[in-house]
Amino acid sequence: MTVILNQSFTGISIGAVLLLIALGLTLTFGQMGVINMAHGEFIMAGAYTTYVLQKSISSAGVSLLVALPVAFLVAGAMGALLEWLLIRRLYTRPLDTLLVTWGVSLMLQQLARDVFGAPNVQTHAPDLLTGNISLGGGITLANNRLFILGLALLCVLGLTLILRLTPLGRRVRAVVQNRDLAEVSGIATERVDRTTFFIGSGLAGVAGVALTLVGPIGPTMGTNYIVDAFLVVVVGGIGQLKGSVITAFVLGVLQSVLEYSTTVSVAKVAVLVAIVAFLQWRPQGLYTLRTRSLA
Amino acid sequence: MTTSTTSPAKKVSVAQPPVSPLERFRVPAAFLAGAVLLLGIAPLVLSDFRLNLLAKYLCYAIVAVGVSLAWGRGGLLVLGQGVFFGLGGYAMAMHLKLADAADTGQALPDFMQLYGTSDALPWWWKPFANPAFALAMTVVLPMAVAALLGFLVFRRRVKGAYFAILSQALAAALSIWLIGQQATTGGTNGLTDIQGFFGYSLNDPVNQRMVYLIIVVVLLLLMAAARQLFVSRYGELLVAVRDCEERVRFLGYNPANVKLIAYVVAAGMAGLAGALFVPAVGIISPALIGIVPSIGFVIGAAVGGRASLVGAVLGAIAVAWAQSTLSDAFPAAWTYAQGLLFIVAVGFLPGGLASLPTVVRNRRTTTARSGEAA
Repeated sequence: MTVILNQSFTGISIGAVLLLIALGLTLTFGQMGVINMAHGEFIMAGAYTTYVLQKSISSAGVSLLVALPVAFLVAGAMGALLEWLLIRRLYTRPLDTLLVTWGVSLMLQQLARDVFGAPNVQTHAPDLLTGNISLGGGITLANNRLFILGLALLCVLGLTLILRLTPLGRRVRAVVQNRDLAEVSGIATERVDRTTFFIGSGLAGVAGVALTLVGPIGPTMGTNYIVDAFLVVVVGGIGQLKGSVITAFVLGVLQSVLEYSTTVSVAKVAVLVAIVAFLQWRPQGLYTLRTRSLA
Repeated sequence: MTTSTTSPAKKVSVAQPPVSPLERFRVPAAFLAGAVLLLGIAPLVLSDFRLNLLAKYLCYAIVAVGVSLAWGRGGLLVLGQGVFFGLGGYAMAMHLKLADAADTGQALPDFMQLYGTSDALPWWWKPFANPAFALAMTVVLPMAVAALLGFLVFRRRVKGAYFAILSQALAAALSIWLIGQQATTGGTNGLTDIQGFFGYSLNDPVNQRMVYLIIVVVLLLLMAAARQLFVSRYGELLVAVRDCEERVRFLGYNPANVKLIAYVVAAGMAGLAGALFVPAVGIISPALIGIVPSIGFVIGAAVGGRASLVGAVLGAIAVAWAQSTLSDAFPAAWTYAQGLLFIVAVGFLPGGLASLPTVVRNRRTTTARSGEAA
């Protein structure tokens, strides 16, 4: 029982990391159909931002808190730049964005290698986040995992509020539901796209800050997560946050439970099989926007 | 060889206009020129080392033929060709390892003795001792996996980016699985140090030349077959599905079957390429079949021209050549150049280099409309 509970907590924390990464993708992939492979490098940018800040701010706790908004801005700016330079020219060819952004991702990885060196670097976690909370009965919750979980939920809450309550959110939802209709209704869809891309990429930066707490920072750190995060969006269904939230946690728990009962590699294959089986039942993902379009 | 033989997709989908005699012989002539160049001239001019490298690039070109069919003509962004390349490669390598072990009188391939986890051959290795079975599996296994995934995915109309991501996840899953099963698959190292090829020693340059010639013949045959497929009724249907799937459905066809055939055939070609890669290079490992090499297969076709068979093949060879020559000399600069190449080729020249003449001509006459929509 203890093992199961501990393992589910591990699963939930894996899910939280996936969720943080997939949130940004839900926005960019969901709204614009853009498959941004460079999303992983925006995560990397967020992580390196933390690293750089920690070099100038000695207190680990302060630097982490400062890093969150700064990483959001850095990654967001990179995303907006990418959108402006390349992606807006490719809206009619969404599949091609995947290959173009893969090229961008290669260049960004090399840039990181040239600036920070090929070996992984490490940041110091604040003392507050290094311990465990023991719930008795052998159940322990790692503080850094709890922090990531909290951060992920906070991001979901913030994003939901923005999408539901602000004029910007209303415009974003309108573009997601029907781009043409939104455009003829007087919404500047191009500007909405750029803002969405900024927020989506910024969230990747925040995810990068969170990842510094659980692993090393390296040029290829983004690629390790990107495929799993895309699977979350595919299974969750595009255009709605709740699908991604549920899927991230379900996949995280599934992965960790399977890992425990078999091995890491078998678990990966089993999760993929489960996803293909799930898509037989709901090919558009968990939640979909009901539209009359055929595509 | 360098002249583009297939016109961009737009033209193929309409009825063939009457062609002049010169036009009619252009394709067979180019094909013949390519055959003479690869079969006759290259083995005479190139050193053993360079010929071996060319053999490796030609294996990638075989994958590109399949990519051109599935992606260029069918619009299926196949990001997991590494899986099929790997299945074919591992099927071949398993047989060759078993044959090597039998030659030296060992019961087990060398790496299994090294890891020493089991003293009996795993049951799923045993049939691969039979050469006919192993050869068949290099094609059947990839096609079966592609048929299963394709059937499940296309039947439920999972398409576009969803399909691309699933095929990519398959590549990730297979390479992670292979790494995890170190005792029976060689893990990260893969199956290495392959000595013989159906009784011929691979250390002998003459036999290496034979492997090269086999690869060339297979490539040329598959290109001819793919070309026939392109101009057949099925080829027209495939392009129609790519361009407007719903309309094809309304006409009474089942687009799922059309796409499935393209995907399965492309998988079979990748499997064959993997099987030929093993004797040419002497190794197959998870690093050769994961996400990154899988995207590499697509990139070569994209740079040359996805919808043009010759473009895709030449693109694959050129990218593989550039990769191995430039990455050693200028590792950092090459990565930037590679990224830039993808961006320019896919973003600004979607028809690839093969479409460059058409693009230039169109730019002169009308407003620039480069290539076809993906």
